[in-house]
Amino acid sequence: MPKIESVDHLTEYRRQVRARRDPKQQQVLVCSGPGCLPMGSTEVAQAFQEQLQEKGLQGKVVLKSTGCHGLCAHGVRVLLRPQEIAYQKVTLEDVPEIVETSLVGGGVVERLVYHDPVSGQPAVHKSEVPFYQGQKPLVLRKLDEIDPESLDDYLALGGYRTLRKVLFKMTPEEVIEAVERSGLRGRGGAGFLTGRKWRLCRQVPGELKFVICNGDEGDPGAFMDRAVMEGDPHAVLEGMIVGAFAIGARQGYIYVRHEYPLAVKRLSQAVEQAREFGLLGTNILRSGFDFDIKISQGSGAFVCGEETALIASIEGNIGEPMPRPPYPAQQGLFDLPTVINNVETWANVPEIINMGPEWFASLGTEKSKGTKVFSLVGAVNHTGLVEVPMGTTLRQIIFELGGGIPGGREFKAVQTGGPSGGCIPKQFLDLPVDYDSLQEVGSIMGSGGMIVMDTTSCMVDVARYFISFLFEESCGKCTPCREGLRQLLSILNDITSGQGKEEHLALMEEICTTMANASLCGLGQSAANPVLTTLKYFREEYEAHIRDKKCPALVCRPLLTYTIDPEACTACLACVRECPVGAISGPKKEAQHIDQDLCIKCGRCHDVCQFDADTKLRSKS
Amino acid sequence: MEEVGLLINGIYLKVPQGYTLLQAAQHLGVDIPTLCYHPELPSEGNCRLCVVEIGEHPHTRLVNSCTYPAESGLQVQTHSEKVLQARRMTLELLLARAPKAKIIQDMAAEMGIHESRFPSEDPNELCILCGLCVRTCREVVGVSAISMAYRTPGKLVTTPFLEPSDACIGCGSCAFICPTEVIPYIEQDGKRIIWGREFEMVRCNVCGNYIAPLAQLEYWAKLTGEPVEHYFVCRDCR
Repeated sequence: MPKIESVDHLTEYRRQVRARRDPKQQQVLVCSGPGCLPMGSTEVAQAFQEQLQEKGLQGKVVLKSTGCHGLCAHGVRVLLRPQEIAYQKVTLEDVPEIVETSLVGGGVVERLVYHDPVSGQPAVHKSEVPFYQGQKPLVLRKLDEIDPESLDDYLALGGYRTLRKVLFKMTPEEVIEAVERSGLRGRGGAGFLTGRKWRLCRQVPGELKFVICNGDEGDPGAFMDRAVMEGDPHAVLEGMIVGAFAIGARQGYIYVRHEYPLAVKRLSQAVEQAREFGLLGTNILRSGFDFDIKISQGSGAFVCGEETALIASIEGNIGEPMPRPPYPAQQGLFDLPTVINNVETWANVPEIINMGPEWFASLGTEKSKGTKVFSLVGAVNHTGLVEVPMGTTLRQIIFELGGGIPGGREFKAVQTGGPSGGCIPKQFLDLPVDYDSLQEVGSIMGSGGMIVMDTTSCMVDVARYFISFLFEESCGKCTPCREGLRQLLSILNDITSGQGKEEHLALMEEICTTMANASLCGLGQSAANPVLTTLKYFREEYEAHIRDKKCPALVCRPLLTYTIDPEACTACLACVRECPVGAISGPKKEAQHIDQDLCIKCGRCHDVCQFDADTKLRSKS
Repeated sequence: MEEVGLLINGIYLKVPQGYTLLQAAQHLGVDIPTLCYHPELPSEGNCRLCVVEIGEHPHTRLVNSCTYPAESGLQVQTHSEKVLQARRMTLELLLARAPKAKIIQDMAAEMGIHESRFPSEDPNELCILCGLCVRTCREVVGVSAISMAYRTPGKLVTTPFLEPSDACIGCGSCAFICPTEVIPYIEQDGKRIIWGREFEMVRCNVCGNYIAPLAQLEYWAKLTGEPVEHYFVCRDCR
């Protein structure tokens, strides 16, 4: 890779890269995103490699392992370009057939494309798959197209064009103005206006300033930032370089949790490439602008996603938040002015400058501009990553893109914004998803996690799960968060095990109010959301647990009674063998019986019963 | 000196720039309860007892007065219903954490709380994790021998790796500053035991009373460049 010395040199190099590429050339793009990788996408790519060799196609067909293709539920995904044929659930065995039928024969392996679950109609091309139809990919745009380890790939698709424009045709002031006009709000949680944050930081006098990329995604079920870091690392870098130029920073940090080793590897490679190429370092493209980036690994504490805690962690201190003000933009890393944005925010920046702030602002709602990436998980058919314009409704995301709830069950709630988000019930399915609407119903955008729940979820248990997660992840620095979560968890444990009392509900609300009002940082302030929203929208479930000692969703085991249906029992004795306390017995070759006094309600009998004879019933109380 | 004018409980006052809301309130004679605050230590806003309500209705929020700077034109309520609710609940939570801590009992009683509605995990717990000891060791003594370790549920103040710390000079400042007297230390037969380490005490060359651990005097000598013997005479005999 040459060292790029000037703007003209960059333009020339990009021209050469493009000239070497034939847009009509056959490409096989194997997804190596967070969903497909554990399903064996590396082996699938390897198999393609071997098959291409066997058929003498190497050199003619381009094979790439790319970032996330989005539709993780149907991995391993393979995309053929330029035809845009989208194959799903591809296994090693399918590879020879794809090569034979599609690459050699020019046909389609129909069994490997998406089929409409109702009509059975195939959707051969990517654009015909409903999952992709309502999307407006901006941040995810290049993920299924480029090899994340190749700078040439990024350049070929127009990468670092924004950098050139910014360094030579714009002043820092103009860059900030553009970001302000775009209306971009931070994609990490609170949704603060990015342009305003940059301006605040630029206005602080001083030569030394920092930019930080927050890649400490730690929400259960969320992998948006991971997919971007792994799939399009140069976009993050380019955004940061632009931001650094705008505020006058010379050093940047990318903070990634060490649970994301592939993201660390890809980002490190990208930084190394950009440095060798001359896009990082001193006097970038002879513009007089110096900037470099370091990768900083976190040890995976949820609280370190909070910006002041993250800064403390980079400094080598305990990852605990500090009270604000001073805000990081005024006094951040090593007490110097610092702009900290999350991965998705940075990745939006090149596109905003490139396409223009007005174009970006034309997407989304009045106060939430642009698009948002969501990780759609839980009880939904098409789990994966979606990117939609702000203001897309929950119903569109869950039912149109997500394909609805599996097993013909009913939608019950969706948790947005990670563990400290709220559970939104079905009467709000038509809610347009943006920062303010979510807040109105007691939830948050957070970084974009979306956990769908059906009627098999007990909302009291769901609240208990999130509070338990937050209790263990709270740094414990301030009293309301540390002790409030401890007491909330203790009450929720009581309720889900049948020890709940009437006064518990009001008491929880009291704790929640104090936590929301008086906690030190965003974690504590939002930690009460799961309890407050489930109390508000699913109060009858709490009451059933407390008053009737029943769990309507049949989840809380201490509140269940296991009995055997004598009509259905075949006396296979599987449950008898499984029962750890010997509570199940009966005459030979006849229906068995559970001794309720001995039963510890572990549920193992129910799990092993093949005849559905062990029926979960509501509690005897 | 530049001054900023702000409203505390409806009363307009001017304070020097750089004052915190707590200092401004004290200037006015308004009492705000504090627990983890100490004028000689940097404030960290841990205990949340000193919260006050700022802003104009309906856009108000609680901030900790020990770190929030006095801003020109800011409206501050130190004893609004929202503030009192948060303080009472925080004290009730602390009372459940450390039911025997005298200072918590007293502060809670002042707000009309005599018993917590919450169960205590450990009725003998006294540490309220206010962090005064850690900050004193770091900021005043300057040795950072102790720090907070772990997150919830197991968060505690301790030496590195829970082992006797080489950095500790046995000065006992941490135990002295602790508002709940939870840091144990024993002094007998010319020895002081603290944080699992035994320190040899030095006698005054003149009166023969114990002055301080040798490690502490050596630390002083290192700081000042004086020979350590310089400190072998107690303050009373100098």
